[in-house]
Amino acid sequence: MTEAMVRIEDAHKRFGKLEVLRGVTTNIARGEVVVLLGASGSGKTTLLRCINHLETLDGGRIYVDDEMVGYREAKGKLVEDKHSAIAKKRAQIGMVFQRFNLFPHLTAIGNVIEAPIRVKKMAKSDAEELARQLLTKVGLAGKMDEHPNRLSGGQQQRVAIARALAMQPKLMLFDEPTSALDPELVGEVLDVMKELAAEGMTMIVVTHEIGFAREVADRVVFMDEGVVVEEAPPLELLESPQHERTKEFLSRIL
Amino acid sequence: MNELLAIRFDFDTFWDFLFDPIIFKGLWETLKITTLAMIFGVLLGVVLAIMRVSKNPVASSAAGLYVWFWRGTPVILQLLLFFFGLKQLIDEDIFRDNWTRFRAAVIIFGLNEAAYMAEIGRAGILSVESGQMDAAKSLGMTNLQAMRRIILPQAVRVMVPPTGNEFIALLKNTSVLFAIGIVELTNAAKLQASRNFRFMELYSVAAVWYLMVVTVFSIAQAELERKLAAGERDQPETLFSRVIKVMGGSRG
Repeated sequence: MTEAMVRIEDAHKRFGKLEVLRGVTTNIARGEVVVLLGASGSGKTTLLRCINHLETLDGGRIYVDDEMVGYREAKGKLVEDKHSAIAKKRAQIGMVFQRFNLFPHLTAIGNVIEAPIRVKKMAKSDAEELARQLLTKVGLAGKMDEHPNRLSGGQQQRVAIARALAMQPKLMLFDEPTSALDPELVGEVLDVMKELAAEGMTMIVVTHEIGFAREVADRVVFMDEGVVVEEAPPLELLESPQHERTKEFLSRIL
Repeated sequence: MNELLAIRFDFDTFWDFLFDPIIFKGLWETLKITTLAMIFGVLLGVVLAIMRVSKNPVASSAAGLYVWFWRGTPVILQLLLFFFGLKQLIDEDIFRDNWTRFRAAVIIFGLNEAAYMAEIGRAGILSVESGQMDAAKSLGMTNLQAMRRIILPQAVRVMVPPTGNEFIALLKNTSVLFAIGIVELTNAAKLQASRNFRFMELYSVAAVWYLMVVTVFSIAQAELERKLAAGERDQPETLFSRVIKVMGGSRG
């Protein structure tokens, strides 16, 4: 077992002619909180989606806990894994989406218990107990039986975090979790994420919340045009960026 | 003009035949065939819809081919082809004994209906945001689990109104079953009218029963749509819920 929870080696991804990832290499250590920073179109969301194989790779390797997600190696070539094998690995990686993607036909608690029951074959009563704990943890003890459309954006995103945590993942991916929220609702979601970070969860967070990066991240990775331009602890990267492109980006958003 | 052939509409005859066992038997035949064919068609149609949206090229083109044939030929021709045609080809007693008019009607109408349901199902599945599949997959669900537990329950809401139309269309289309000699509602009225020459009265009786069934079905469908909309902020008011409210019922 290595120290790295995620190893990204020369990841390449194309959408048609557009090269979105052009050789990304970086490691994320166990328990580390990494913020991916970059302009839209820089490839950060795509990189995140490649980690749990929601997107296929066109080149390179991504290992989570020393295992590839979605691929196995046969004679030096990558072969896509079977559906069930991919699903099994995805179950260990939580993901939170910009648009929440809660299941609208299920209640808050229904959203949280679905995967533990179906995927982990957990008993319904156990899953409900777990879901109650998690929803209480994210501050939604009183909203368990509400359908998503009766919840605010911030509440929905907290249910989505509880839903991901119910699978007891070893890694959490956050794809711009606060970008779709009204400004006054951003804080409640970031608070939950901070708590999670404090508990030692390994997290990769795509966000424009510089305050969160500064306060919570162990490292900030700045991406531009499909490559990692520079990476450093937040204060270092945010206060004294080394590269022109980083400086230019920061000057635009700070 | 001869008294006996008076063109006047005879209400007594109309009322008599409205509740006549001959008509009821035809109506029952119509309802049985429609319901069974619809159930068969919906189930097969959903499978075909999943095949059509699947990334597997064999599955999606097989489903495409299926829809192409069953949607591209008249249902009356399909009945003739597969009822009489198969009997000609398969000269085995066991087949001839089991390939009854009724079974052929249910199966052929079901196969035909499945082609239309496949398109409705496909539209329903595609109407569900792609983020739903992403979320389901990210939780470790297999494609089948995601389809069954997450995508289809949402697709169904979109599928119910056009499926209702399909049911009504199918109900009426069963009248072409005279082609293979089934005495359903229209054919029952036709046969009776050819005996007593009361065409207007008997065809009116048949029309009334079609309308009755469609009306009852529409109310049930509206109620189902209301139920499926549970959890949406604005629950659409249906004819049924409105009637109940007007009558002082307690439901909202």
